[in-house]
This record gives sequence, C-alpha cells and structure tokens, in this order.
Amino acid sequence: MKSRFLTLKPSSIRIQVVEAGKGRDLLYLHGAGGHMPADPLIAALATKYRVVAPLLPGYGQSTGEDELRDMLDITLHGLDVLEALKLKKPIVVGHSMGGMIAAEMAAIARTEVAKLCLLAPAGLWLDDHPIVDIFSKLPYELPGLLFHDAETGGRLLASGGDMNDPEFLKQFLVMNARRLGMAGKILFPIPDRGLGQRLQRIAARTLIVWGAEDALIPPVYGHAFKKAISKSKLVKVAKAGHAVGQEKPAAVLKAIKEFF
Amino acid sequence: MKFTWFHLMPWPHMPDDFREKHRSVWVDLPNRMYEPELGHIAYHQYLDQLEYAETVGFDGIGVNEHHANAYGLMPSPNIMAATLTRRTSKAALVVLGNSIALYNPPLRVAEEMAMLDVLSGGRLVAGFPVGTSMDTNYAYGTIPALTREKYAEAHDLIRKAWAADEPFAFNGRYTKLRYVNCWPKPIQRPAPPIFIPGGGSVETYDFCLDNTYSYSYLSYSGYLRAKLLMDGYWKRVAERKADESPYRAGFAQVICVADSDAEAERLYWPHVNYFYNRCLHVYPGFADAPGYRTVKTIQTGALSQFTQAAARNYPSMTWKDLVDGRYIVAGSPETVRQQMEELIKTLRVGNIFCLMHVGNMPNDKVRYSTSLFAEKVMPHLRNLWPEWKNHDDRFWMHPMNEPVPLKVAAE
Repeated sequence: MKSRFLTLKPSSIRIQVVEAGKGRDLLYLHGAGGHMPADPLIAALATKYRVVAPLLPGYGQSTGEDELRDMLDITLHGLDVLEALKLKKPIVVGHSMGGMIAAEMAAIARTEVAKLCLLAPAGLWLDDHPIVDIFSKLPYELPGLLFHDAETGGRLLASGGDMNDPEFLKQFLVMNARRLGMAGKILFPIPDRGLGQRLQRIAARTLIVWGAEDALIPPVYGHAFKKAISKSKLVKVAKAGHAVGQEKPAAVLKAIKEFF
Repeated sequence: MKFTWFHLMPWPHMPDDFREKHRSVWVDLPNRMYEPELGHIAYHQYLDQLEYAETVGFDGIGVNEHHANAYGLMPSPNIMAATLTRRTSKAALVVLGNSIALYNPPLRVAEEMAMLDVLSGGRLVAGFPVGTSMDTNYAYGTIPALTREKYAEAHDLIRKAWAADEPFAFNGRYTKLRYVNCWPKPIQRPAPPIFIPGGGSVETYDFCLDNTYSYSYLSYSGYLRAKLLMDGYWKRVAERKADESPYRAGFAQVICVADSDAEAERLYWPHVNYFYNRCLHVYPGFADAPGYRTVKTIQTGALSQFTQAAARNYPSMTWKDLVDGRYIVAGSPETVRQQMEELIKTLRVGNIFCLMHVGNMPNDKVRYSTSLFAEKVMPHLRNLWPEWKNHDDRFWMHPMNEPVPLKVAAE
C-alpha cells in the first residue's frame, strides 16, 4: 500500500489517497473508524483490483473538514474525489459511513456510479431496530461492537499505543476528535440524512453485503436497502460483525468478484 | 467583590446504591426516578433558598440550564428566573445561562432574556454557555463539531437583536430570519452584562476579551487546581493588553460554613458526598462527544469538568481529602474566610458563585450555612480589590435608576 496526495480543484481540499494492487479500478470509501492499520480488506481487494482508497477530510492526513458540514457537502466532495482520481468505470465500495456516502453519490450522480457495493452501510433508521450510539462508546467497547470475534477485532484495532501514557492519550483524543468529529456531521445523533427518499434513484447494479452477526447496524437493514434499490442483491456473511470486510476479507472479495 | 448565591437544583432523592445501579446521572438515567410530587416540594424549597439569599445580602442569585439529568433540574432557567423577578427586588438575577446553540431560532433567548430584564427592572446578568456535551450533544442532538459555529452565530444574532431599534434580516448558516424584531428589548442597553462559562480554551479567553464579557470558571475541583487555568486566562489578558479588572473573572465554589471545622464535617459530609458521588457520576462516554471540543483545546490538555470527575475517583475521597485539597471550602467562619481570601487573591476573581446548597442538603442546613457566610464571612471579603472599589460597571447589572413605583410582590 502506498499513499499520495491530491488537491481537489473546486474546493482546494487536500486529501490523502491510499493505493494498492493492480487490475480493474475499485474505489473504497472507509467507515467512521477510518482505515485500520494494514487494513485487511484493502489488502484482500488489492489481490484482484487496483484499490484506490481516499481518506475523508479529518482522517489521516486529509484536511479541509471544516468546510464540509452537511450531507450534500460531503456527497459532492465524494464526487469531486471520484472525478479527480480519473478512474475507469470503477466499482464503488463503501463501508458503513462510507457506504452511506457511496449510496448518496450513486443517488445523485446516477450515471457516474454504475457499479456499487455497500458493506453494512449506514443511512437508514428503523424505529424497531435502533442503531447503537457509537459516539458514546468507550474505546474498549468497540471491538465487541464491530467484530463477531471481539478478541481478534481488538488486536486489529489496537495501534500499539498505551492509553495510560498521557502523551499517547492526547494524540489519541486529537485523532478521535478529528475523525469522529467529522463522522458526527454525517451520523450524529441519528445516522439518517434522508437517504431513504433517494435510494430509489440509484441506477447502479448494487451488491449489498452484511455481516450476519452485525451488532452495530443489524442485518435487518440489509433487507431495507435491498428493497429500496432496484438492481440489487444482498449477501450475508456468516460469523462476521459490522466490520465485515476486515473480519472476513476473503468472503467479501469473493462476493464482489462474483457479482461484478 | 460580588457574591452570587448559585443553585444547581439537583434531584435530592437518588438512592444510596445509585452508583452501583446506574452508569450515569445524565442523559440515560431513567426518569422513573423523578417523582413529580417530590419535585414540587424541591422546586419551591430551592426557590425559597434563592430568595432567602437576597435577604441576607448576597449581590446576586443564580440559576443555570441542564437537560436529561438528576444533577440540575432546570431545563429552562428562564422560568426559574421569572419567578424570582417577582419575589426579589435587589439582587442581580444571574442566569448562567442559556445554552444559546440549542434554541431554534436563538432569537428566543434574546426575547426571553429581554423579558427577564424588563420584569426585574434591569437586574439580569446573562450567561451564554456552550453547554456540557451531555446537554448539548447527547440530550439535545446538536452535532458536536458544529456546536461552536452554531454558538457563535447564535451569539451574533442575539447581540444584534438586542441592539437594533428596527427590524433587520439575518442570513445565518443555521438561522435565517427575514424579520428580526426583538419585542421587548432589555432595559440594560445595549445589553445586560454577559458572563461566559469556560473550561480553559484560548478561543473562549479571546471571545471574552473581544466582547468585554466576564470569564467564569465553573469548577468543582477547587482553586488549587484552577490556578493553572486562571493563570492562562490572566496571561492572555496581559498579552492582549487589556486592564486586569478582577471582575473579568469568576469562580464557582462549594462552600459549607458551621460553628467549627468539626461541626462542618458532621453537618455537611453526607451532602458533599452525595454531590461528588451521585450528582457528578457521569458516564465517561457522555462527558465529551468527539468533536465537541476543538483540537486546539485538546492539545492544550484541558479536560472537561466531567472527564476530570471520572478520572478523579471521588468515591475514594474523604471529607479530609476534599477539604485539604480545597475541592470544597468548609469549616468555621474563620477557616472559610481565610480560604476564600486565598482563593479570591490567587485566582484574581471579582465574582464568586457560591454553591451553598450541596447535593441533598436539607433546607435548615442550607439556611444555616448561608446565614453564617453572609454574616461572618462575606463582610470580611468585600474589599479585597480596593483599587477597583468593589465594583466594575462593565461586569455587573444596571438596574433602573428609579425604584419601580408599583410594589413588587416581595414587599
């Protein structure tokens, strides 16, 4: 995996783009947690595709988050990124928050996004199945929420730091404030910005993938997405939680290869 | 010096096993614990105490705003202040304050505060807090990273609405109003004095200095730990070449007075313990939503009041720990006088927000402690800033020159 930087023309926002692999172009939009260290999903996808994974402003070394306030700002930013990357008919893959952004992009730019893959996307709200408030969770609660196998998840999430070290803690708090501060503009307090009214505009062939054991956004949401998007298929991955791509990268790669 | 008798109005009926049974006093504490009939009694006792504080000579009486919690039962401080306008006639009504980012449109704050100022004959001191993360983000749903921008815009709207003599249009990012026309407008022109509760961010220091607002540090950890933060403020005041009026700053302090130090412990420890271990029992996940504080503030290492509370391990602290560490100022009148003098001088503050109702303290103890403070402590602290003649016109109320011709209800 390598990183490069890109300055977007319309907004002057400077973003970091992670790239890996060769093959057909695949755009990957990360979830609220950003990329994991040596992200297993990016690594798996890179065995088959040329993965281009931009970081949203507020994440990694991407800046300009103060200028992105609402869903339209963020969706248009995503389309600016897509245009600037000059990808050839990419498969647009988004996980969780990134799936919500990808679905918005596909609903607004119906002809530009022709292949869409949503991994446990956010964006809908069902009163009978409330989504957990991720913003009030403490770091130690995250592995259990994001992974079916919390122990392995915890190892994947850990970046080798010590929370009792004040300097590390400060860096962690700054990183968290930037990342989840940005995510809050999309997901806080309820991750619904009206996507449900726009899903039927999506013309792309759409693959929806859900971890069967997703404890954050329960799999019932997968059916709601499938119902609303006309050319869509839902695949459930056994023994996987919300971070379905990181927990079962091979299964997700297989589903994408088979569908597109 | 200006002494404001400040009420938090906590729920005084949390059970002894509260900490074990509930993760948080705020946000998700089931309101089945709230019993309206007992609430009726508590509200009236609390309001009586505020009125009593005026009669024994406090300069101000104070209320504030919190939501979805048992720590402070005033979702609308303006309703409380409105009752006080009718039953008091001298004290400043310190509404500290309205969380202005939460009102839609924020013009509502301009209107209600103007009502309070008119009702009270110009006795309003207005406070504009950002609000805790529990209130602003979790209970009221404001997006954390946009809270401060919303706050700044609401502030501009309110100040313009108070100052204007004619309708105007306001095209904000968060509020769009074709006709801003604040009826009534406040007696105090162009605005009542404004206090800003702050927690150590440089942006807030500058905001106060730019607008001639008083910076109020509302801490429960006492003046020894507050020194670093307040030094930062005064350093900024000096850098900005502003005058060093102590009335530019205020500090909140839990104060308990009795005949002797031993008597203070005997009388007040259960209630102090209740306050620190039940009222401040906030789930850390609610204390500081990501994005609520600016990156710059986090980098300066200022933790929020409630994050500190979680880190401090109050359950292990004894009366002696809290007194010796000066979390609370408690003891005989002489002990309290000495410590208050040290507090006022070391922090250089002209405003003290006296927290004399503590936790679940019963009415008789509240009045006892309050009267001792008023009679035996306050007079000795009055003239600690002789060069400022005990007053700074910029940071205190300006009541109407003529007394109200109608009899107010208290007379």
